[in-house]
Amino acid sequence: MSNRPPQPATTVVPDARGRFGPFGGRYVPETLVGALDQLAAEYAKAKEDDGFQAELAGLFRDFVGRPSPLYHAKRLSEQAGGAQIYFKREDVNHTGAHKINNTLGQCLLAMRMGKRRVIAETGAGQHGVATATACAHFGLPCVVYMGEEDIRRQKPNVFSMKLLGAEVRPVTSGARTLRDAINEAMRDWMASVDNTHYVLGSVVGPHPFPQIVRDFQSVIGKETIEQSLARLDRLPDVVVACVGGGSNAAGMFYPFIEHAEVKLVGVEAGGRSDSPGDHASPLTFGQPGVLHGSYSYVMQDEDGQTCDVHSMSAGLDYPGVGPEHSYWKETGRVTYESCTDTTAMQAFDACTAAEGIMPALESSHAVAKAMEIARSRKPEEVIVVCLSGRGDKDAMEIARLKGIDFG
Amino acid sequence: MSAIDQLFEQLRSEGRKALMPFVTAGDPDLEFTSEVLQEIVARGASLCEVGIPYSDPIADGPVIQASYTRALDKRVKLARILEMLTETTPALRAPVVTMVSYAIVYRYGVQKYCDDACKAGIAGLIVPDLPVEESQGLAGLCRERDLSLIQLVAPTTPRDRTLQICETSSGFVYYVSITGITGERTELPDDIVEKVTWLRSQTKLPICIGFGIAKPEHVKLLAPVADGLIVGSAIVRRIAEADRRPRDEVLREVGDYVATLLAAL
Repeated sequence: MSNRPPQPATTVVPDARGRFGPFGGRYVPETLVGALDQLAAEYAKAKEDDGFQAELAGLFRDFVGRPSPLYHAKRLSEQAGGAQIYFKREDVNHTGAHKINNTLGQCLLAMRMGKRRVIAETGAGQHGVATATACAHFGLPCVVYMGEEDIRRQKPNVFSMKLLGAEVRPVTSGARTLRDAINEAMRDWMASVDNTHYVLGSVVGPHPFPQIVRDFQSVIGKETIEQSLARLDRLPDVVVACVGGGSNAAGMFYPFIEHAEVKLVGVEAGGRSDSPGDHASPLTFGQPGVLHGSYSYVMQDEDGQTCDVHSMSAGLDYPGVGPEHSYWKETGRVTYESCTDTTAMQAFDACTAAEGIMPALESSHAVAKAMEIARSRKPEEVIVVCLSGRGDKDAMEIARLKGIDFG
Repeated sequence: MSAIDQLFEQLRSEGRKALMPFVTAGDPDLEFTSEVLQEIVARGASLCEVGIPYSDPIADGPVIQASYTRALDKRVKLARILEMLTETTPALRAPVVTMVSYAIVYRYGVQKYCDDACKAGIAGLIVPDLPVEESQGLAGLCRERDLSLIQLVAPTTPRDRTLQICETSSGFVYYVSITGITGERTELPDDIVEKVTWLRSQTKLPICIGFGIAKPEHVKLLAPVADGLIVGSAIVRRIAEADRRPRDEVLREVGDYVATLLAAL
């Protein structure tokens, strides 16, 4: 790949075989291929179906509370000292994160396909809650796979899922985090594929998931463009989003891809250090390989075994990344950097104190990077951060990390 | 012709069927894997399937997953597995097929994997996460080397797609008996004989059935419609005992179990 001259990124991806340039594809057992073909075909129809789009738009407006605000973080901008920082407030969505945009869309698709059972994986629990919420809304039975380590880190979300009627199945294999939860959900789907839809929560996995999730999340970037033009009469100079699997970033960046004047920055989890096992930054430190059905950047050893990764934020604690991000990296359209646990925690504190907004630990990585970029930019420049989720879910974990015991 | 083509030609001319036991490489260690391969062939297995441990096996149930985890926890490396096979295969009177994730093949280097597999005396590859659309490159490399690239057909595979898979598969077609992951089952689907009989009418390739097969009754039911049967978890579960019991005892039990299945074949 690296010996080809980079072509500019286009939005006319993926191709029919799910390729974003060389990335993506479909590396799955034969058992799942039929269901993926069915999903791709149904999605292609739904995309052109005004009724489907109107139903989804109605849910976005009345159930999610969209459009989410574009908020000027004035005090935080002053503190950073430089460009103006704005937040795209996905944290004020129903269920507290961007994940609901995708789960409503995919549950509608599930029902169109006549699939009456839904499964999902979750890391931070936000996708699990968003799936459980959509399932409660539509009356679909729901099973959520979640790593035991993440269950420990994200107790409030586990309880919410149960209240919403979902069954949470603990995953005890591997590092007991998001990657293992995806494996377990895939195994369930191997046996249940005839009547079950797997609501994959990020822009990862086999075709057509990376495309479908990106498209449902693209409402974030589309609204940001409309709001920027209405409020500022122009597009932002820089857009920043955190990248685990990369769904909030993909939804934010995709509508900006062809606006070449807007700089796009994805922020991976830098964890404790740059050493292997201490971070979750495949785009920064990994290499292309296959994981979870897709060809993309991944943290692997020399035998192709997936490496354990670390981030204090469960939602970024993943060794792979969506194939479109790999494509954007290779084409140079998006810049990917990483941000450590410590820096993200400082940004969490700064944002909470200066704005009265507690960002999710995931989103705090993007806030940190935006503050850093702001410092090197002029006051009339504009940086938009995708504030992908709210930090309430992280309160207990933050107390633990800070060594505070409130009994 | 690959070693697998020759094997099935011979079995067909003799009116016999193949049993293909599956073992995980490096569980509990490579020395034992080598001994198990020799034992099961001595007991009459016609082919052996060697599972290359992978950290994220999506198609595998708890028994094989756990065996992969045990092997990887002991840091078994692909290069060492290939060395073990290089030493073991010459004396083995049965072709060896590796079951290996494309994640591993890609990272190792697709061409290098094919070259080194040949050097190690491997006769074919099963790459369970490489559907036919993605397999062109590997299929070409396998053809050049007389390695069989065995493709899978699942109960969820539509008929037209099944035909496409049969056209690109070599060695044999792996028919997945159940919609689900690997693991012993008490019951197999009611329509399995009918489905394999249809498949038989569509291809000249040998057909081997795998997933869920564990009992002599399964063997009796399926042997008449298939060219071979694949047994994995039931063997791997027995091998798992080798860590805490005398190894020769476990080896004999695995051999006895293979003999029981062969008697039903």
